[in-house]
Amino acid sequence: MSAAVTKSSRTGREGLTAYLFLSPWLIGIVLLTLGPMLYSAYLAFTSYDLLSAPRWIGLDNFRRMFTADPRYLSSVKVTLVYVVVSVPLLLVVSMVLALLLNKGIKFLSGYRALFYLPSLMGASVAIAVLWRQIFGSTGLVNQVLSLFGITHGSWVGSPGTALWTIVTLNLWAFGATMIIFLAGLRQVPAELHEAAAVDGAGPIRRFFSVTLPLMTPLIFFNLLLDTIHAFQVFTGAFVVSRGTGGPADSTLFYTLYLYQQGFAELKMGYASAMAWVLVIVLAAFTGFLFLTARRWVYYGDER
Amino acid sequence: MTAVTVGARPLFGRRRSRNPLVLALIRHAVLIAVLVLMLYPVVWMVAASFRPSAEVMNSLGLFSKNYTLDNYQQGWSAGQLDFSRYFLNSVAITVLSIAGNLFSCSLTAYAFARLEFPFKRVLFGLLLATMLLPYHVTLVPQYILFNELAWMNTYLPLVVPKWLGVEAFFIFLMVQFIRTLPRELDDAARIDGCGHWRTFSRIILPLALPAIGTTALFTFINSWNDFLGPLLYLNRPELWTVSLGLNSFLDVTGESAYGALFAMSTLALAPIVGFFLGAQKLLIEGVATTGLK
Repeated sequence: MSAAVTKSSRTGREGLTAYLFLSPWLIGIVLLTLGPMLYSAYLAFTSYDLLSAPRWIGLDNFRRMFTADPRYLSSVKVTLVYVVVSVPLLLVVSMVLALLLNKGIKFLSGYRALFYLPSLMGASVAIAVLWRQIFGSTGLVNQVLSLFGITHGSWVGSPGTALWTIVTLNLWAFGATMIIFLAGLRQVPAELHEAAAVDGAGPIRRFFSVTLPLMTPLIFFNLLLDTIHAFQVFTGAFVVSRGTGGPADSTLFYTLYLYQQGFAELKMGYASAMAWVLVIVLAAFTGFLFLTARRWVYYGDER
Repeated sequence: MTAVTVGARPLFGRRRSRNPLVLALIRHAVLIAVLVLMLYPVVWMVAASFRPSAEVMNSLGLFSKNYTLDNYQQGWSAGQLDFSRYFLNSVAITVLSIAGNLFSCSLTAYAFARLEFPFKRVLFGLLLATMLLPYHVTLVPQYILFNELAWMNTYLPLVVPKWLGVEAFFIFLMVQFIRTLPRELDDAARIDGCGHWRTFSRIILPLALPAIGTTALFTFINSWNDFLGPLLYLNRPELWTVSLGLNSFLDVTGESAYGALFAMSTLALAPIVGFFLGAQKLLIEGVATTGLK
């Protein structure tokens, strides 16, 4: 009995210590995350320009978004096209290169490092500046094409192609995703491959029947993270389009439009409503992914 | 290559009949081709930054007969302010951010990994949830808050959140790492009379150095690359970071002075590449383990 008392008083004291250790984070989550979230949920139903007090307008922000703001709808379209194209592309390219690097290859660490480097630079203004040049009218791409007698105008300057230059910018930084796949591939037991080979399965068959099922937890992880990142792309689009989302709104990403509405036009209520729609979409996507995960994500230790 | 047959035998089926050396060569050739395609633009940019401005745009190649530092001289002082100012500002913000993240994330991670306390599971769930939360939902209200606090045109909005553990990902990374350290160490320290603070600072922190290093490096790269934060909170050129300096430089020069623009872009990337070369193993392992655990 006395043991029980000392134990509970010890955990009591430990609880106090724990909260001391946690205090910076707790202050942060209350003041900088949860509090602001509540406030932005309120602002989403108001009209607020920072100068005069927020004015309650009910669902007007949301109504305007979906019925009276074609730029909003085009930012949704641009972002969805971008996510749907760039995320699968990124996953496939990462997987193919991880497979190429997987087994007994020389200079592995060198390759890994060089493929990873762009992931660290991809979000910088410097690389976005370079991208503007590469896909500009006299840029590298057009210079190479002209060697083959092909002429093309500016890729970043024409509405049909500008979005795709941002897709390549994102794809260029596939290294982080690839490294996670590579780490997973190295944990696939060799015996399984040998057993399948003895049964007569070729490399392609072995990939789909042995490797891929074992990789599903990592595919799940990368799919989740890369999609969330893709929804939030900003710097590249801002720099390449000079902050306009042009030409003809073809690179008007959701986040860029949110920035324009909130911080250039000071429509804080509208921007908050936009942010909440994004949160709901991402929550729905995440929830959907976790729900379906039970069907397609395979964990070795369960049946 | 003629061994590929469709029908009786599976595609690529005859493993032994193919020369492993040829396969390895093909594999390396593909990898090198992809690498060249990827890295060529960056290498070209660096090379171009050393070429006379008349040559910059007219050449696909990397070499020139007349290397020069003109672009660097021009670019360094062609913006609204000297680039030395932007670099110092970036360094200040980055250093303060790293210190903040290491402080708040390691303390929080120790509590989650080693201590028992009420509502632990709920709070840990909250931590994981904030990892997936798009930052836009707090962007507007945080801006309003910092504006009310008169923090505009100071570094506080960029640095203070780091001291309050706003980047949950790094906490998660450290929790995962500390959990792999043997509990017996804590018990031994306890028997020797260490309290939690001493166990944390003398035992766990030194052993968690790889996780701390990974956090420091990623915080460095994120802060150095950050564009939206400075764009929102820093309107006065004397406070600008390298990212903002470069961006405004693009406005000033347009497409006319690519040489100078490339020179400054090269300088902006140099610290990232430098740190990467110094610590690539740590960075790559940091990424690899986040997916596996």
